[in-house]
Amino acid sequence: MSNSLENLEQSFQDRIDRGEKIEPKDWMPDRYRKTHIRQISQHAHSEIVGMLPEGNWITRAPSLRRKVALLAKVQDEAGHGLYLYSATETLGITRDELTEQLLAGKAKYSSIFNYPTLSWADIGAIGWLVDGAAIINQVMLTRTSFGPYARAMVRICKEESFHQRQGFEIMLTLCRGTEAQKQMAQYALDRWWWPCLMMFGPPDAESTHTEQSMKWKIKLKTNDELRQQMVDQTVPQAELLGLTIPDPHLKWNESRGHYDFGEIDWDEFWRVVKGNGPCNKERLEARRKAWEEGAWVREAALAYAEKEAERTAVSAAV
Amino acid sequence: MKKQWPLWEIFIRSKNGLEHRHVGSLHAADAKMAMENARDVYTRRQEGVSIWVVPSKHITASNPDESGELFEPSMDKAYRHPTFYDLPDELKHM
Ligand SMILES: [Fe+2]
Ligand SMILES: [Fe+2]
Repeated sequence: MSNSLENLEQSFQDRIDRGEKIEPKDWMPDRYRKTHIRQISQHAHSEIVGMLPEGNWITRAPSLRRKVALLAKVQDEAGHGLYLYSATETLGITRDELTEQLLAGKAKYSSIFNYPTLSWADIGAIGWLVDGAAIINQVMLTRTSFGPYARAMVRICKEESFHQRQGFEIMLTLCRGTEAQKQMAQYALDRWWWPCLMMFGPPDAESTHTEQSMKWKIKLKTNDELRQQMVDQTVPQAELLGLTIPDPHLKWNESRGHYDFGEIDWDEFWRVVKGNGPCNKERLEARRKAWEEGAWVREAALAYAEKEAERTAVSAAV
Repeated sequence: MKKQWPLWEIFIRSKNGLEHRHVGSLHAADAKMAMENARDVYTRRQEGVSIWVVPSKHITASNPDESGELFEPSMDKAYRHPTFYDLPDELKHM
């Protein structure tokens, strides 16, 4: 048998169909590699940019208990970003290139992080809903076909559950508090609900990547399936809180065994994806500032390490 | 291209009595920084009692394209496995 590209691609697909994992040094189609670099780095950027809206409230957390929890959560997100950058780098791209793609606006991150955190209740809503949505996506991805990505997801999923629980606890406390506190929680839900449903991406009918991604087992469920899972899981949680989900069309559908829900404003989604959400500029600016102002630290640490290595080499030679 | 901090592979022993296991990698300027970063990144929830950091460039990996030749010699040696030997059922626990 010749090693033609077609044969290689066929045996690659056979491996995936058999449920084998693909490891970095294995042969893979160029598009599989490129799709993964795009998707995993986008995921990594989301973790890092996602630290910004929550970081905004660390100094203003209402108690020490809330503050240490939020600090730990935001630190976890930094760790998630790092696991994912490392997984991306196994595909032959450098960390610097990935960062530069983000800062140049060539790489995307989840559009949810382009919304502002206006009140303390937003921190509750983010943990409950944004991390809730992320968990649904990430649990699926623990079974994805690329080994380093799947392993990063297992590690991340172990850490996410506390994120959602601390968020729900914040919501619960507000909902059991004064009328004003409950209202603050309701307003937060009103603002975050629809952007959270958008997190799963465009509807299946319009999603350009879905078919190939399913074939390569990069995704195991479609955007719409995951979104439905999110709605079904969240409705009873909102009821428990005594909050109203801002969707007049939300209704249990007995025959489907799922909740029906209203139309998503996809114009808003594309507006935010294309850079015109409420905080896009601010987020990228914050990342650029951190990258540029940290440059001297990166250089100094490297210069110091090189000098130390030289010194050890010299004293060893003496 | 600018120089970047080198890549390190991180191995963690979760508790005494168990081996170190590869958990992932990270960038650091030197071994000391790699160790500190490994602690912060990979042991935030008591995942380990010991850490090894190894410069990634010092790892020699087998080539997956040569896995056939490399591992084939062990494929036809069924006699290395206990199930190869036919023993009477009356003989328990062997
Ligand atoms: Fe995360
Ligand atoms: Fe999280």
